[in-house]
Amino acid sequence: MSWIAKPRIAHPGLPKNALGLTRRDYEGGMSTLCAGCGHDSITAAIIEAFYGLNLPPHRIVKLSGIGCSGKTPTYFLSQAHGFNGVHGRMPAIATGAVGANRELTYVGISGDGDSLSIGLGQLAHAIRRNVDLLYVIENNGVYGLTKGQFSASADVGSKAKKGAENLQPPIDPVLLGLSLGATFVARSFSGDKEQLVPLLQAGVRHRGFALIDVVSPCVTFNDHEGSTKSYIYTREHLTEVTDADFVERMPEIRASYQPGEAIDVRLHDGGMLRLRKVAEGFDPTDRDRAYAYISEGLRDGEVLTGLLHVDESALEMHSVSGTVETPLVDLPFEDLCPGSDALDALQQGFR
Amino acid sequence: MIKGADPMPGEVKVNELALKIGTVNGTGSASANGLLRQAIFRMGIPVSGKNLFPSNIQGLPTWYEIRVNRHGHTARTRTFDLMVAMNPATYARDIKEVRSGGWVLHDSSWPLSGKLAREDVNFLGAPMAQLCVDHFQGDRVRILMKNIVYVGVLGALLDMDMEVVRALLERSFSKKKALLDSNFLAVQLGYDYAKEHFDCPLPIRLETMDENGDSILIDGNTAGALGCVYAGATFAAWYPITPSTSLVDGFSHFCERYRKDPETGDNRFLIVQAEDELAAAGMVVGAGWSGVRAFTATSGPGISLMGEFIGLAYYAEIPSVFFDIQRTGPSTGMPTRTQQGDIQSVIYASHGDTKHIALFPADPGECFYFAVTAFDVAERFQTPVFVVSDLDVGMNDWVVPRLEWDDAYRPDRGKVLSAEDLESMERFHRYLDTDGDGIAYRTLPGVHPKGAYFTRGSGHDQYGRYTEDEEGYTEVMERIARKIQNAATAIPEPVLRKAAEGRGAKLGMVALGGVDRAIVEAQEVLTEQGIEVDYLRIRAYPFHPSVREFLESHERTFVIEQNRDAQLRSLLITEVPFSGDRLPSVRRYGGLPLSATDVIEQVAEALDDSGSTATTMTGSVA
Repeated sequence: MSWIAKPRIAHPGLPKNALGLTRRDYEGGMSTLCAGCGHDSITAAIIEAFYGLNLPPHRIVKLSGIGCSGKTPTYFLSQAHGFNGVHGRMPAIATGAVGANRELTYVGISGDGDSLSIGLGQLAHAIRRNVDLLYVIENNGVYGLTKGQFSASADVGSKAKKGAENLQPPIDPVLLGLSLGATFVARSFSGDKEQLVPLLQAGVRHRGFALIDVVSPCVTFNDHEGSTKSYIYTREHLTEVTDADFVERMPEIRASYQPGEAIDVRLHDGGMLRLRKVAEGFDPTDRDRAYAYISEGLRDGEVLTGLLHVDESALEMHSVSGTVETPLVDLPFEDLCPGSDALDALQQGFR
Repeated sequence: MIKGADPMPGEVKVNELALKIGTVNGTGSASANGLLRQAIFRMGIPVSGKNLFPSNIQGLPTWYEIRVNRHGHTARTRTFDLMVAMNPATYARDIKEVRSGGWVLHDSSWPLSGKLAREDVNFLGAPMAQLCVDHFQGDRVRILMKNIVYVGVLGALLDMDMEVVRALLERSFSKKKALLDSNFLAVQLGYDYAKEHFDCPLPIRLETMDENGDSILIDGNTAGALGCVYAGATFAAWYPITPSTSLVDGFSHFCERYRKDPETGDNRFLIVQAEDELAAAGMVVGAGWSGVRAFTATSGPGISLMGEFIGLAYYAEIPSVFFDIQRTGPSTGMPTRTQQGDIQSVIYASHGDTKHIALFPADPGECFYFAVTAFDVAERFQTPVFVVSDLDVGMNDWVVPRLEWDDAYRPDRGKVLSAEDLESMERFHRYLDTDGDGIAYRTLPGVHPKGAYFTRGSGHDQYGRYTEDEEGYTEVMERIARKIQNAATAIPEPVLRKAAEGRGAKLGMVALGGVDRAIVEAQEVLTEQGIEVDYLRIRAYPFHPSVREFLESHERTFVIEQNRDAQLRSLLITEVPFSGDRLPSVRRYGGLPLSATDVIEQVAEALDDSGSTATTMTGSVA
């Protein structure tokens, strides 16, 4: 049985968000992933992020492809519609769903196999279309469910559990996103909830495609010595280049940032993304320089994390297409059917 | 003998002729040919125009076939009374296709090779290029106008109503005075030359009738696109592929006209040109899942790529509409030639046990109505529905009765729970058959917390839970099979056309789709020859119960179709099911629309071979 309901007993003292909901209301079923899986930490961060955003769970749509990552949407937001589609094709389903109902919030969960191999084309075009979607890649460099094959994100020299060495260059989703014109690109680590939660929140509020690559060690197949996606390797090579905090439109501004150190990025909905530069010479609003900086980091084996690029000026899919504000699904039939008189008039031209 | 072909020498045939025009792709001949077809239509005479075009932008040979028939028979013919030979590269083959006693109109600006001469055909040379060189400036204009000149020549030869031609030109070029003048001049040059040099009109000629008062000329893709607009479809995702592209182009065109918010000018639709057919199908599935009427249009290669998503939509029970405008397969095949080669690949699309509802329009009129039906059926049965037409129906202009629309129509959205419904429910289970009709209730994202469920293509039970259990899995699969089978009586029923009223024939014919007009014509000719054959046109799958009744009540039924492997026949054998011994096959599948002659020849041959109607015949001449 791969589906286990979580007991729903809420302690009366549990904290509540602005909607009066507890974290429990943002949870899902019990995880059936391996104990210690990085993906479960990401799930926890997603729950925290949505709880903090005060979004009604049923106004969120969660989608995924196939693989270990594809299973995770069952572990959060049990009151949200979910869609576990086919391998590598979640972006297309999401594009259709966003197309039909632009009022809902969409989160897509993918993996490195799902996004960088079988689904690379769909990912590229969803980025290009700037579909309004938070897209999380749970990146462990390995195919888990089929027992440990390398994925396209495995680093050169990375060793499989049985010792085979990967010699093919990796596809880096962050560089890929930057080169395709992604309007929100971030990288984080499953073990760094403090960084991941505000990144997820900002990604949700970003109007357009928000790509977050989360290094998420596979404890069963890719957490050994020689792996570059292991907990130890990641912790030792992780370098934070920006420190992001997400500030909602209304609520309190946290006071932990010194003015002058921070860059404020205003999001379309009025929310604010407050970035503090950590690394010298890094500017997340400058795509070209960000690309160069990250490339150099990768060359040196550094995992650069934080918000790596943001562009709030680009238009998302509906704006580019000139779609009505009312979700297409809510348009009454009377506004859609031209009627018999129009048909008669039109047919004069077919004579 | 086919009506309108091979008259006796000296006999005058009015409104019964087939002409073919051979030109070079990209020279503007499409406008000239369209003008001819439209003018004949406006003279009130039944007409069809079939474009045989290459997969090419400019330079390769292209043909246009016009069939005029006062009895209304407008299927393709295999021989022609008159050939307009404008392309020297194809003179040899074009001249061969003219019937004995027929005419070849060619450009006499250059001499015609003596090798091409035929004793039994009349050659009419008009210096069309030279006339244009003398009267127009610039290469491009001269090339374009050369085609308009042959319209003028044909006008004189066939005794066309030239006022109709002029009125059509005025409609086309009302805002382009210079072009209008050039076209008028070109028509007149051709007309005058023919009057002066030929014995006009020919014994094949046109005469005004009143057959088209309640008809329009329209292609199936345009009509299908219009059907999508009228059905309330708001989302289309697609990838360009011949011969389906014009359907989405049409949808876009009509949306620009009818779907703009009057106040803001915003679009009440979204059309996404996807990166491939896979993505197009996925987008339609995502949009259908979210509650809008969504569709894609493609052809065989696209159906192959969409297979995985079609299976997902079937198993996860997501309304979605797929137009398959068939072209000649397999693989890339002949992209600009017609075929009925996707019948089985559509009905059984995707791996595992899947069977899909499919509608088979026979003409553009049905493309319009079936588009609307497809959305209703897709939502009612929560499943992919296919509208399967072909290049001939989709891209050629057909005369069909004026389209009608009932303003009382409202979409059948099927079993969708509202927020109020959900509020009053204890619990919602996505795949539970509470009504016993095989159709479970569904919910849309964002409507109510109680409506949330997890949609998946992986094994699930009736409660929507992931399962790897035999019982839970099988229960859902059996219900879906029941649901699809129940659709048989909710989709367009077959059309019966008896050879003689009041009695049943021993022989039958069964077919689907765009071959209809050829078969109706063949049926009339066969009846005149004393061979009575009843005809049942299947319009949808799963098969209506009357299909079995028809097969059982005829000793033998010819299954007529345009594919090599007798796909419809195989379906009848396995899905009705019915004995193949009583289902002789008639096929022609080389890329051209079916003609009545194809049917008559193969039926006659089968009857000759068998000697009596009791023996069996399964092979055929393709």
